[in-house]
Amino acid sequence: MDNKLEPVVKVLQEKFGATYEEFRGETHVFVTAEQIIEALTLLRDKYEFELLSALTAVDYYPQTSPRFHVIYQLSSLAKNVTVQLRVLVNGDQPKVPTASGVYEVANWREREIFDMFGIEFEGHPDPRRILMPEGTQGHPLRKDFPLGYEEPQFTFNFEEIDLRKPYAKE
Amino acid sequence: MTQIEEVNYDQYRHLVSERAFTGETMLLNMGPQHPSTHGVLRLLLELDGETIVNAVPDIGYLHTGIEKNMEAKTYLKAEVMSDRLDYMNTVGNNLAYCLAVEKLVDLDVPPRAQAIRVILTELQRIASHLVWVGTFGLDLAAMSMFLYAFREREYILDILELCSGQRMMTTYIRPGGLWRDVPVEFETAVRDFIKMFPRRIDEYEALLTKNPLFLDRLLGIGVLDAATALQHGVTGPMLRASGVNWDLRKARPYMGYEQYDFDVPVRPEGDTYARYLVRIEEFRQSLRIVEQALNKLPMGPVRSDNRKFVPPPRSEIGVSMEALIHHFKLWTEGFSAPKGYVYSAVESPRGELGVYLEGDGGPKPHRVHWRTPSFDNLSVLPKIVKGHLVADLVAILASTDIVLGDIDR
Repeated sequence: MDNKLEPVVKVLQEKFGATYEEFRGETHVFVTAEQIIEALTLLRDKYEFELLSALTAVDYYPQTSPRFHVIYQLSSLAKNVTVQLRVLVNGDQPKVPTASGVYEVANWREREIFDMFGIEFEGHPDPRRILMPEGTQGHPLRKDFPLGYEEPQFTFNFEEIDLRKPYAKE
Repeated sequence: MTQIEEVNYDQYRHLVSERAFTGETMLLNMGPQHPSTHGVLRLLLELDGETIVNAVPDIGYLHTGIEKNMEAKTYLKAEVMSDRLDYMNTVGNNLAYCLAVEKLVDLDVPPRAQAIRVILTELQRIASHLVWVGTFGLDLAAMSMFLYAFREREYILDILELCSGQRMMTTYIRPGGLWRDVPVEFETAVRDFIKMFPRRIDEYEALLTKNPLFLDRLLGIGVLDAATALQHGVTGPMLRASGVNWDLRKARPYMGYEQYDFDVPVRPEGDTYARYLVRIEEFRQSLRIVEQALNKLPMGPVRSDNRKFVPPPRSEIGVSMEALIHHFKLWTEGFSAPKGYVYSAVESPRGELGVYLEGDGGPKPHRVHWRTPSFDNLSVLPKIVKGHLVADLVAILASTDIVLGDIDR
């Protein structure tokens, strides 16, 4: 681990009981959803992490608890270090408090996660979809959302699917 | 499959002020087909006469589900989609993706491939800035600028075509190196460009930099201070025009950028004119990097010889059984990446282009997320246009240099 990062990880461990792991020179710290706002505020104010580089999520379907990880990639310009915070979220009614009060960039990024994964951000100032059209059902980046439009037809269900299959009309 | 529900307009009420409901201010849609939005961006403007009270960007018109599609392809095939994100910076996108894959599977790149990657991404940066300066001029009624900029851009696209056979969607950079070595004409073509281009930059500056009409439209317009920029995740030339010296090529060098001597242009003003000056200076700095990289272009292989990830050359397949097996495995099943996740970022012409890549042990990525700079750079727009005229919005939007393919993915 980068020695500039050690005090940061240490304080997260002491204050929030966070665990961490390392992979290919990156540090990933796991915190809970209740602590994330406090942790982000602490890192921004005390440890000069001015930039929330990326905010995204991953779906681990069919695993249900936790089903999602919400990922906060933080950069410090002053110290030139990065750290990743990860929040584990359960599959039924996934909820995380909004970080848009700490980093304003989170506003749009959280809207995107809500749009793509259906994770709700409590207290979000503008909880609308951002990329998909308004009123779309389902969340496309979930693993149980089908990739293609067309259902594959096999011998046993060919006719059944054929009945509801849309064809190009003249 | 996906049904569209009836839309409830109450969820939009908080986006505009109360005055819009009494008819005191006017709501106006700018886009998605407006020529000054540089793509399919819709801006819902609340206007008090000619002054902007609120601007609400509406994106997603170009959403193509690239992140979802990449999950269904092998690591190599998924790379083809990366060109289509930011179509002004295709080589840079390939580089960002390949660096993430190489970090995930722990793969080294030979020095010659690194140098060629640097040359091509810097040329691509120049090409991207050329499109920007051209359309910027066009939006501010400097029509000839557009023609000059596209004339020079064609030289760069010719160089890309020389290497890869494609002008734009090159996919020339591959995990572990390059698709193939550059042709013999490459060096002359790049040297010709290096010789020709500095004079052309001076021409652009003669046209625009001290032009009084241009200055009237730009000076003090759309001022973005450093704190707001960082809060909104703004990176790249926009951040540097707000006085923050932050360039990933300097801060966290990748692909041997630490060997090259170049400056990072920074302006303290934060207005539209500062953003113009920063990008013009980046032309010169990119050209310096290209020249240095070309001068010390090492000889040697352009692909890693780790056969588990990089296909063997054609000449080996005929004589080596292992090479044939590797070739077959790589082009049918693809290589497997370990379970784990990496985040790797490069400096694109627009800012920090990050790739979050997660492998699940199989040949397909579990998740690919693109942290695209245009997305965050656009999110600050409503803040900086407030109180300006509609005509200034055109200048400010052009100066943010957004690419909608980059925003919507």
